[in-house]
Amino acid sequence: MAHAYTPGLRVTRHAVIQKERRLPLKGEVVVERGVEVRRDQVVARTELPGDVATMNIVNRLGISPQELAGYMLKKEGDQVVEGEPLAETRPLIKWFKTTIESPVSGTVESISPVTGQVILRKAPKPVEVLAYVDGVVDEVIAEEGVRIETRGAYIQGIFGVGGECWGALHLAVEDANAETKTIGAEAAGKIVVVGSLITLEIVEQARQAGAVGLIGGGIRDQDLRDLLGYDLGVAITGAEEIGLTVIVTEGFGRIAMAGKTFDILRACSGMEASISGATQIRAGVLRPEIIVPSATAGDEEHVGGDSEGLQVGNVLRVIRMPYFGQIGRVSGLPAELQEVESGAMVRVLEVEFDGGEQVVVPRANVELIEE
Amino acid sequence: MGSDLNVVIATDCGSTTTKAILIEKKDGQYRQTFRGEAPTTVEAPFEDVTRGVLNAIQEIEELSGRKILDGERIITPAEGDVGVDIYISTSSAGGGLQMMVGGVVQAMTGESAQRCALGAGAIVMDTLAANDGRLPHEKIERIRQLRPDMLLLAGGTDGGTISHVVELAEYIAAADPKPRFGSGFMLPVIFAGNQDACKEVVKVLGEKTDLTVAENIRPVLEEENLAPARHVIHDLFLEHVMAQAPGYRKLMGWTGAPIMPTPAAVGEIMQTIARQQGINVVGVDIGGATTDVFSVFGEIFNRTVSANLGMSYSISNVLAEAGLDNIMRWVAFDIEEADLRDRIKNKMIRPTTIPQLLQELQVEQAIAREALRLAFVQHRQLAVGLKGVQSERTLADVFEQEATGESLIRMMELDLLVGSGGVLSHAPRREQSCAMLIDSFQPEGITRLAVDSIFMMPHLGVLSTVDEQAATEVFERDCLIYLGTCVAPVGSGKVGEVCVQYTVDLPSGRQVGELRVGELVLLPLADDEVVEIELEPARRWDMGAGPGQALSARVCGGVVGLVLDGRGRPIQIAEDDHLDQVSAWQGALNLYGE
Repeated sequence: MAHAYTPGLRVTRHAVIQKERRLPLKGEVVVERGVEVRRDQVVARTELPGDVATMNIVNRLGISPQELAGYMLKKEGDQVVEGEPLAETRPLIKWFKTTIESPVSGTVESISPVTGQVILRKAPKPVEVLAYVDGVVDEVIAEEGVRIETRGAYIQGIFGVGGECWGALHLAVEDANAETKTIGAEAAGKIVVVGSLITLEIVEQARQAGAVGLIGGGIRDQDLRDLLGYDLGVAITGAEEIGLTVIVTEGFGRIAMAGKTFDILRACSGMEASISGATQIRAGVLRPEIIVPSATAGDEEHVGGDSEGLQVGNVLRVIRMPYFGQIGRVSGLPAELQEVESGAMVRVLEVEFDGGEQVVVPRANVELIEE
Repeated sequence: MGSDLNVVIATDCGSTTTKAILIEKKDGQYRQTFRGEAPTTVEAPFEDVTRGVLNAIQEIEELSGRKILDGERIITPAEGDVGVDIYISTSSAGGGLQMMVGGVVQAMTGESAQRCALGAGAIVMDTLAANDGRLPHEKIERIRQLRPDMLLLAGGTDGGTISHVVELAEYIAAADPKPRFGSGFMLPVIFAGNQDACKEVVKVLGEKTDLTVAENIRPVLEEENLAPARHVIHDLFLEHVMAQAPGYRKLMGWTGAPIMPTPAAVGEIMQTIARQQGINVVGVDIGGATTDVFSVFGEIFNRTVSANLGMSYSISNVLAEAGLDNIMRWVAFDIEEADLRDRIKNKMIRPTTIPQLLQELQVEQAIAREALRLAFVQHRQLAVGLKGVQSERTLADVFEQEATGESLIRMMELDLLVGSGGVLSHAPRREQSCAMLIDSFQPEGITRLAVDSIFMMPHLGVLSTVDEQAATEVFERDCLIYLGTCVAPVGSGKVGEVCVQYTVDLPSGRQVGELRVGELVLLPLADDEVVEIELEPARRWDMGAGPGQALSARVCGGVVGLVLDGRGRPIQIAEDDHLDQVSAWQGALNLYGE
């Protein structure tokens, strides 16, 4: 199997990053190609159709659907305000008159002579798309959105919860293996890097301090469950309203952040970053991300490029027990299948860990760390 | 076309892995000769399904020595050791086909619409019905929120009232739904309801959606007519959904037959086999994201998909739905809950990893048992006779109070249970696959068990649409690995009591024995061996002839053998010493070696 390993997550100090910002429906793009935009600037807007209210007027008037048109005071496309008469009977004695009032303000969308149903639509809801990252409008997608290009650091996490936000990066630990015990007022409005484990207690403290985001190596599933209030069944996240965005870079449990990830975050400490916890591990994978736009030049690489195959000397992380989380180098790539403890015959590779220990691991259980 | 095929390359692009097989005609017979696989590349950084296809085919090239690719082109036709005659493919990558369906009455046209979409290979995200208990604005909000790939609207029998189905059409129009892919496109909607309502439905939906009208799926209450609407679903799947997924436009240009949704292809081959052999079959395909269950009972085909039960992407959902206790009842050791939860979540976020340790394998197989069990529960709920049908009752029926809509899944009448999908097909020992199937499906009476060795059924399903003979030949020779036969009396009793006395003429000699409650016994019986077994169940225990009634039957062997299962139905699991009990069962079937 030529690519029998998990392609690594992107972790780059200098990258050209392009972010597509699209409206959910067609609308208006309010910036032009080539202009500089700030993360909190509106780049496109549209109006989502308003909610609908349905009324079965024929039942209330005691008439047949075919007769409905004769009783309606409004026709399709007319505006109505809440409480305004929509339909009424015209009896000989006015005292017996029945009037149906509109329960909402909006437009009469349809009057059905088949079902007798009247559908009212409330005012449209405005939707705005923000730039999310500081950068330059690289392309305008007519009526749909823009592509923004920026340069800087780009780090993909493995899993996150919470949506897009931004703030200055603040390092609460000195090394990738350390664990933050307390977060104070200094975290207000910031994205805090907490080291190897994000605990529920730290999330609580961060929320109280007004931090906008937390980045760490791992989180315990039990803490995630308590944080969300439910057991996450399928990893589709990003819409949680938990007061801040949480990104884990390595996985579940207590795991030291990869050295390179931590070094980049340390180098960017104090700089403004944009982060998103949105994760989708199915149907078009989406990983959480940390973007730190910067003016510093470097050897830039395009995010989204192809990766080369697995080679001896590559740095990798083992992503399954018994060596879960350990980082080493590929020391051998035997071609033939080998039996592992579970009894399965699989393609394996030999790994040498930093301490010199040599082990054999299924190729499916490693992840490349791009240098 | 069929007789011209000598070399076929087929791929199945799953949500995790793309699997390729090579089929060659040798000495006048079609055989599956080589296979290759590679991770599916629908996702970043590749975002092009053809990368994974090329990688998988490349592996076949390396193993077989046949040159199939010329750069990124599949060489056709075959000449000597170069090229293939046809390339065919199925796909479930990118989340498969996701549909919403609607019907007037939930238990009638609603269910028919569901069966229609499921049989076409779709995942049904929701079923709307006039009587589904939701208020109109809730229905409209739901349609808008879900963004399905397409929507099937049924409802009403031909000539019946049209207002209810038009009402549903009005809700759909009010929601102004958008498809999952391509914001500039209109949502494909299929109307397959009361044909008298067509004019009104076209008026309501014609301009707001991409509407196709198909024959009514329930023209009269007593009849379901699912095939025409299923064909429309399949065509729209290719035109709208496939064409939008990354790389699929290119892939569609390579194939010599239309790409089929994987489950539709599996359904195709299962129906062919059940028809040809005259048997009742249940099949299951447990994947990373979803689990599909197929059944053919008395020529009635049903398929369900449990969208969030799977072994990688959805593994965490199995834990959430089954609960920790149900999973741990199949494991013969203790593990700390927090640790297990982290391990399961790590599998979810890195779905392609495999168990290296024996304990990890045991946990994964325990989760598989629960995923399979839950998926089968869902299947039994939908695989039912038509509801709302007035059946003629004779005097004899007065004493049998059977409601309409009874389950079609009669486990005692099941002849063959086939498992497929990574956790079953690639289990390190076949005994493990056998145990997973028995524990989760709990077959009753006498049932033959098999696994699809390398998950070839999708490939053979799509091949059967091109060349049925080639597909059937490969299915019989190379696809199924027979595990053996499960003999399971139905009943319950005290552990240690005799539930069945058996006499079996094994090749090694006649064996007479007593099967006790709570016991599993494995008798050696090889793949090509068929022997006579006589069973005398104790009072209250049923082998298929009725409680306490003796039964003789011929049973087939397999790579595992003949399994006598005295654990009762449902399987009785001890509350106090379940670790010892599970350990004994594992030992009896030699699941994990010494």
